[in-house]
Amino acid sequence: MEDCLAKKMEITVSEAEKRTGRNAMNIQETYTAYLIETRAVESQSEGQCAPVDSLWRRYSEFELLRNYLSVTYPHIVVPPLPEKRADFVWHKLSADNMDPDFVERRRIGLENFLLRVASHPVLCQDKIFYAFLTQEGGWKEMVNETGFQLKADSRLKALNATFRVKNPDKRFTELKHYSDELQSVISHLLRVRARVADRLYGVYKVHGNYGRVFSEWSAIEKEMGDGLQSAGHHMDVYAASIDDILEEEEHYADQLKEYLFYAEALRAVCRKHELMQYDLEMAAQDLASKKQQCEELATGTVRTFSLKGMTSKLFGQETPEQREAKIKVLEEQIQEGEEQLKSKNLEGRDFVKSAWADIERFKEQKNHDLKEALISYAVMQISMCKKGIQVWTNAKECFSKM
Amino acid sequence: QDLSLPNGTPVDTSSPASSSSLLNRLQLDDDLDVETRDLFVTVDDPKKHVCTMETYITYRVTTKTTRAEFDLPEYSVRRRYQDFDWLRNKLEESQPTHLIPPLPEKFVVKGVVDRFSEEFVETRRKALDKFLKRITDHPVLSFNEHFNVFLTAKDLNAYKKQGMALLSKMGESVKYVTGGYKLRSRPLEFAAIGDYLDTFSLKLGTIDRIAQRIIKEQLEYLVELREYGPVYSTWGGLEVELSEPLEGVSACIGNCCTALEELSEDMTEDFLPVLREYILYAESMKNVLKKRDQVQAEYEAKLEAVALKREDRPKVPTDVEKCQDRVECFNADLKADMERWQNNKRQDFRQLLMGMADKNIQYYEKVCIT
Repeated sequence: MEDCLAKKMEITVSEAEKRTGRNAMNIQETYTAYLIETRAVESQSEGQCAPVDSLWRRYSEFELLRNYLSVTYPHIVVPPLPEKRADFVWHKLSADNMDPDFVERRRIGLENFLLRVASHPVLCQDKIFYAFLTQEGGWKEMVNETGFQLKADSRLKALNATFRVKNPDKRFTELKHYSDELQSVISHLLRVRARVADRLYGVYKVHGNYGRVFSEWSAIEKEMGDGLQSAGHHMDVYAASIDDILEEEEHYADQLKEYLFYAEALRAVCRKHELMQYDLEMAAQDLASKKQQCEELATGTVRTFSLKGMTSKLFGQETPEQREAKIKVLEEQIQEGEEQLKSKNLEGRDFVKSAWADIERFKEQKNHDLKEALISYAVMQISMCKKGIQVWTNAKECFSKM
Repeated sequence: QDLSLPNGTPVDTSSPASSSSLLNRLQLDDDLDVETRDLFVTVDDPKKHVCTMETYITYRVTTKTTRAEFDLPEYSVRRRYQDFDWLRNKLEESQPTHLIPPLPEKFVVKGVVDRFSEEFVETRRKALDKFLKRITDHPVLSFNEHFNVFLTAKDLNAYKKQGMALLSKMGESVKYVTGGYKLRSRPLEFAAIGDYLDTFSLKLGTIDRIAQRIIKEQLEYLVELREYGPVYSTWGGLEVELSEPLEGVSACIGNCCTALEELSEDMTEDFLPVLREYILYAESMKNVLKKRDQVQAEYEAKLEAVALKREDRPKVPTDVEKCQDRVECFNADLKADMERWQNNKRQDFRQLLMGMADKNIQYYEKVCIT
């Protein structure tokens, strides 16, 4: 990552604030604004602290940025945003967008998004992105002026529409299949994990009842009283510990979620290829048919059944002048078509090349990140168990003193 | 009629001298080593017997002893649950002022439990073994004649029939239970014990429910875990570089499932039965208290009768008082016993739970990612 922005600039999303304001339809609404702070890195090495620039952005602006990036760099696997609404919640977790825990996790997710974009060799150089970080006013207008919405292919919005592509690049077909499977497996994983968390919560919390009953029981005992009482206390500690444990696990879930959404981004790139290939094939087909028409007009033979053939039989053939004119038009179109086809081909090959390069980069990043996520998950589990050992050892000691 | 025992077994004499020697023995109990013990009993080797009328299990009861009351130093007999039940009834009859250890439940109310399953038979065997060991440890009960016969007789049924015949002649045992005398008030000391036992049973009952709830929650957790592990495996199938770590996670979760299953099983087999046993114990203690009340009531009634009739019937009150003393004595002893037992039992349980938590953790630590 030679020259990426992340190296030159410190970026944080440091705060979140509830705001009320009027939206586009002049209706009062509540939303959360996030404070983005940036600071140049270089001057720090001189022992001075560079001044911190900051501005506020809301989630919808992040969305706008991402849409812009997706359309402008269709061959790049664009980092995803944290989820819009809380999904995969287990019962203790709130699904409310305004819930402070949710907001906090979102803040972290947004910061992560910005850092990912800033570390991407291509995306970090984008001027709109830079302006997003540094220019509070007029940014929205700037984005809209790029006219990116016009470039956006509405066909991409139809997620599951299939295009009959005859010669797609096999790698992309496989990749699309992979991204579908990945999405499916991670969703499943997150769903089950949420249920597992729920159940584990139940197990821990019921142990809290031990605390109460031991306390009551200790009241009627003489020698056993103290031991029971302190053991009960440890049961309470045990029951309470699950809250922190599960909160930490949410972080792991968030890491998985990021890659769930990344899978979507990956799929989008594959779709783009598919579309390009489709357009290419359509153009080639169109060109071929025009050439054929031309040939038919020139030689006067009608090789295939066509409406033209029918009408000419019915209404009489055209005059040579008419035919000449038509041929000329067709020849112009053919020439245009051939040039277009050439450029489309080039575009297609370029796309495949640069997309594949980014995909390789993405694969490496994914393997690295997920490995780390799994390791930290394992570490979390070990620590949870160690805490369990601690509590039960303490309880055991209390019992031994009874 | 004399309030001595119906079947003729001498209740450990009514002289104060024996009471104090009894007390001495009680104190010795605390320092009871394996070396000073002269009677060892074990229950093992369950066997299934299939007959035309019924199918049942017998257990081998092995006795090793140096006591004079036994003809041989070693015995090995086979007994079934019925026989243990008979023994307990006999002990209750013949030693009404003593606390007889509880037996495991006769009928299994849970419905779907298999009487012949390995787990059930093993749980029962352990409980029967404990039952006999407690009697063995008891300074008075262990010398009971019926106990002796139970341990030694080749044909217990013959002896049982004999006993039945005697019983029908006597009919005295019934008197103790259905005295029909109304007690005016329980002395404070025993009232306190009664209250304690009530609260104790209640708390144990609550703990039993909590433990069952925990086991239930653990099993539900287990169900989810069982689904969780394989998803990592599926994912591993999709990946190349990540497939090893993902498979690793899947395997670890599988191990956790196994460990958790073991934990739940152990809790069910070792922890819960003992809780229930103590609840039964408390119940039987309460019954002893009631009997004691009966005895006191009779005593008071007889006192009144004496006062009214001006008859000199010193024997009855004395006997009754002696009875009371004995009850007090043993109640206190057995309560102390119970505390000790509870102490040790609890340690054992927690060690068990701890051990299981440990196992759980060991498996987790085997998580081989990286």
